[in-house]
Amino acid sequence: MKYMLMMNTPGNGPYQIASWPREDLVRHIQFMKAFARKLTAAGELVAAEGLSGPDQAKRVRAGNGGKPVTDGVFPESKEFLAGYWIVQVDSPERAYQIAAEASAAPGKGGVPLNMSIEVREVMSEAPREWQE
Amino acid sequence: MAALDAATQQQLRALAPEVLGILCRRTKDFAAAEDAVQEALVAAAQQWPAEGPPEHPRAWLVQVASRRLTDEVRMAIARRAREETVVSLVPAEAQVALGADDGGAADDDSLVLLFMCCHPSLSPASAIALTLRAVGGLTTAEIARAFLVPEATMAQRISRAKQLIRDSGIPFERPGADAFTARLGAVMHVLYLMFSEGYAASSGDSLVRTDLSGEAVRVTRLLHRLVPGEPEVAGLLALLLLTDARRAARTGPAGELVPLDQQDRARWDRQAISEGVALLAGALPQGRPGPYQLQAAVAALHDEAPSAAETDWPQILALYEVLRNLSDNPMVELNHAIATAMVQGPAAGLALLDQLASDARLAGTHRLDAVRAHLLERAGDLAGASALYRRAAGRTASTVERDYLLAHAARLNDALGA
Repeated sequence: MKYMLMMNTPGNGPYQIASWPREDLVRHIQFMKAFARKLTAAGELVAAEGLSGPDQAKRVRAGNGGKPVTDGVFPESKEFLAGYWIVQVDSPERAYQIAAEASAAPGKGGVPLNMSIEVREVMSEAPREWQE
Repeated sequence: MAALDAATQQQLRALAPEVLGILCRRTKDFAAAEDAVQEALVAAAQQWPAEGPPEHPRAWLVQVASRRLTDEVRMAIARRAREETVVSLVPAEAQVALGADDGGAADDDSLVLLFMCCHPSLSPASAIALTLRAVGGLTTAEIARAFLVPEATMAQRISRAKQLIRDSGIPFERPGADAFTARLGAVMHVLYLMFSEGYAASSGDSLVRTDLSGEAVRVTRLLHRLVPGEPEVAGLLALLLLTDARRAARTGPAGELVPLDQQDRARWDRQAISEGVALLAGALPQGRPGPYQLQAAVAALHDEAPSAAETDWPQILALYEVLRNLSDNPMVELNHAIATAMVQGPAAGLALLDQLASDARLAGTHRLDAVRAHLLERAGDLAGASALYRRAAGRTASTVERDYLLAHAARLNDALGA
């Protein structure tokens, strides 16, 4: 079974990580790299991407004649998708375990961030029990 | 690059376990031998289309794989030689050739390979992947396509599975008589799950995904040839054939799910049905019934009914009664409730579902909701059925099934609104 693990951060302005001291920044990035390496070595990582910050994001709607109408400010969003992993695991419990590990990524001063990670199953299951 | 034609590819895949068996016996190192055979298969896929298949494909594969393996051994010796002062006097080629025995034991080898790949210490997903590679002769890329994961992810998963086998010290030999039945059960379970996985895959873009259901049938056919005296293996092969026979009718033009009672029976594969029925006819009289034989018997009753209305539900119900006593499986209980409803009316089926509601394995799953919705609809409670179809749609992890359930709910809502 596959799960998508979505890492959410507060939605106002650029990522706070940009204002961290260099040492904390390096520690955080090293943690994330080691985390990805570990998932890869376990044969569990299907895909992972980090996304650009809320200040770079555009919201798009179709306008007249299907032309894109963009809107770029999200003062109302409390949480914002910062990145995701898709993992192939043998149980939901394993997906939760991986999410908890990502959640505890080090933040300022090396203190675990305990970020909120949303865990959702990817719809890839067999369509109904095939035995009638 | 030219590709192998289908017949050559099938031949190549069928040879894979034989070649691997030969190398395993020579080297006593399953993991290294398996890597070498995989490389030989990839080399064949690259060279044969251009140069034409060799005169003796099996010998060609053994030779190429042995050469890879010899290179490996030579490198390992070189590493050891650098690390230690003692150098082995046995040349690398001789080490590989030690205990060489190519004679006639190919069938036994294939069986031992199946037992290894489906070892209970492996997770089902890993066992399926390893079986497809070592016994099915598929490349890592093909297996990755079946599971929709990157090739590197699948390679890592297979390599870890082999590491686990190596660490656990499972010998490359046939399990003893006491363990044989349990290990055979594990193999059958993995093949059953491989087939199910293929069912999920076949709902997607079948042009790019590897046909796992077809591979499961092929490997189960091999298993049946290796242990022809096991009625449950015959039952499993019959079950897969009788189910796979409906494949073409199972999805509509837009990929939507078509339930059994609405399928165009003219599109069912009659040849697969005859083969499944014949297998069952050979297995059942042996008097050693098991879950696969019984499920195959149910599938056969569906397949042989001229129309949905003429399905022999009383006999299906009787088979589920026996199945219930053999296994503690909530899916059997659900199917038993459906069969009861078909014979005794929806109220009797709904009463059974009420008893199942407390089963933790079914609580919160979409299947219980979907079956209850179906029976409520038949009992005339359209509003209740619609609500449950919608709830089931929200709980399933399958997109085609979600669409199917939502379509049911929408149809009932339209009927209620009219």
